[in-house]
Amino acid sequence: MKSPAHAPDWAALRADFPILDQTVHGRPLVYLDNGATTQKPRAVIAALSRYYERDNANVHRAIHELSYRATTAYEAARTRVARFINAPSAEEIIFTRGTTESLNLVAYVFTPRLHRGDAILLTEMEHHSNLVPWQLLAQRTGAQLLFVPVTGDEGLLDLSRLDDLLGRNVKLFAFTHVSNTLGTINPVAELCARARRHGAISVVDAAQSAGHLPLDVQTLGCDFLAFSGHKMAGPTGIGVLYGRHALLESLDPFQGGGEMISSVQFEQSAWNKVPHKFEAGTPDIAGAVGLHAAMDYLDGVGRAAIASHDEELARDACERLREIPGIRLLGPPGARGALVSFALPGIHAHDVVTFADQEGVALRGGHHCTQPLLRKLGVPATTRASFYLYNTPAEVGRLAEVILQAAKFFGARD
Amino acid sequence: MDLTELYQSVILENNRRPRNFRKLPAANRIAAGNNPICGDEITVYVQIEDGRIADISFEGAGCAISQASASVMTQRLKGRSVAEAEALFARFKDIVTQGIPDDEDLDLSAFAGVHQFPARIKCATLGWHAALNAIHGEAATVTTE
Repeated sequence: MKSPAHAPDWAALRADFPILDQTVHGRPLVYLDNGATTQKPRAVIAALSRYYERDNANVHRAIHELSYRATTAYEAARTRVARFINAPSAEEIIFTRGTTESLNLVAYVFTPRLHRGDAILLTEMEHHSNLVPWQLLAQRTGAQLLFVPVTGDEGLLDLSRLDDLLGRNVKLFAFTHVSNTLGTINPVAELCARARRHGAISVVDAAQSAGHLPLDVQTLGCDFLAFSGHKMAGPTGIGVLYGRHALLESLDPFQGGGEMISSVQFEQSAWNKVPHKFEAGTPDIAGAVGLHAAMDYLDGVGRAAIASHDEELARDACERLREIPGIRLLGPPGARGALVSFALPGIHAHDVVTFADQEGVALRGGHHCTQPLLRKLGVPATTRASFYLYNTPAEVGRLAEVILQAAKFFGARD
Repeated sequence: MDLTELYQSVILENNRRPRNFRKLPAANRIAAGNNPICGDEITVYVQIEDGRIADISFEGAGCAISQASASVMTQRLKGRSVAEAEALFARFKDIVTQGIPDDEDLDLSAFAGVHQFPARIKCATLGWHAALNAIHGEAATVTTE
């Protein structure tokens, strides 16, 4: 996790991502939808090919050589994840399909632990994937949902009432590390510490942070942490749930099937040890191998260096976009994650995105799966530009240019 | 393609200055529509008298295609019978899904470019779906998903 002694050669790194070298609608591609998914470096694509061309077999079962290789590669990826987030043990790393499945896993296995009168605390800035699983858990158990409010357009959590909220029988406190809509970076360590003081389990959605910032679950002090491979230069279909060992031991399985059992009888079964207890069926072995390569790649660049590179682009984008008359920028004025989200008066985000797409600039427009948050802020949709290590200041310039053109093209409603 | 093929001046103009954009106190049919992907929301108010659309208006927020389409629609549907409204919607659907312009109706034909942007067909038909639902007295919110 140490950043390299010398600054990375960003231009050379960009060349590691073959997909970026193309034109879209006759214009050079400017890919600024990294909050949705990131592109993959050659190293990751090669790791996937190599796995399928040489090592593919099922894991943990057969005794033949290929199965041994596949199992070794899969478990090596698990160990690598533990190192990536400084988890005390690889047994605390569960592979899932992504952040959404990780969060659903936690919400599901806590079903027997929640009862009427209990509460689940969330924040108003959660992605639907960190909202709906808890709504389902609340419906199953009769528990109540509580929300930490967001303070208007600057998009910070209002923590003044946090202890009061946590005192209302909160069993679980789930929140995002970096908001995918606002770019807010939440004080995870503080939130986890305060949850712990009230005896609540903390669940961190690290989908937007895992590939961007150094992450250390021991410093953060979280009980669970979830993220996706595809938002951090890895393949789709693979994600991670970190869970504290003692907690994982005490919880019942998520899904039933192969891999997750130690012995099976017709009437009942005994569970495999953690983390296998939570991984039913054949996992995404190639995905884990690809994720391993992605983590190696990111740490080769240095996550601290990526964080400051991304933040610089986001800050630059904010400054340039602020010059557009009437633009409404969402998110914190200070430190922010690798994205900027905005609304133009009288111009819908989808028109802006369609316009930008014709100029080769890939953006995201809509509610970003945070519908309740945008409803609260009174914006039906925003346009979002999100950055990654391969984006350049010139691309930020192109973004500002295209948004200004779009504003002129559509014009404000009379 | 050129962006002005999608966003023809009729569309840009109707988006900037939508016609019949208001509540209709005399409405006896109201229906809402939404497009969850875009967040487009629309409410169409219809005053039906003797099987004809005596007046029609809309309110809502959404992309230029959805707003302009609803604006043009209200101008076209006013004074029509229910059967004529249905026929017009069928023609409009041909325009936006197949790009076949209607030489007799240049405002509706302005939406022909939409067929090259399949994701935006839902935007163009949102207001029409809501209007037809209102006319048929189906109160439930229509969704183009």
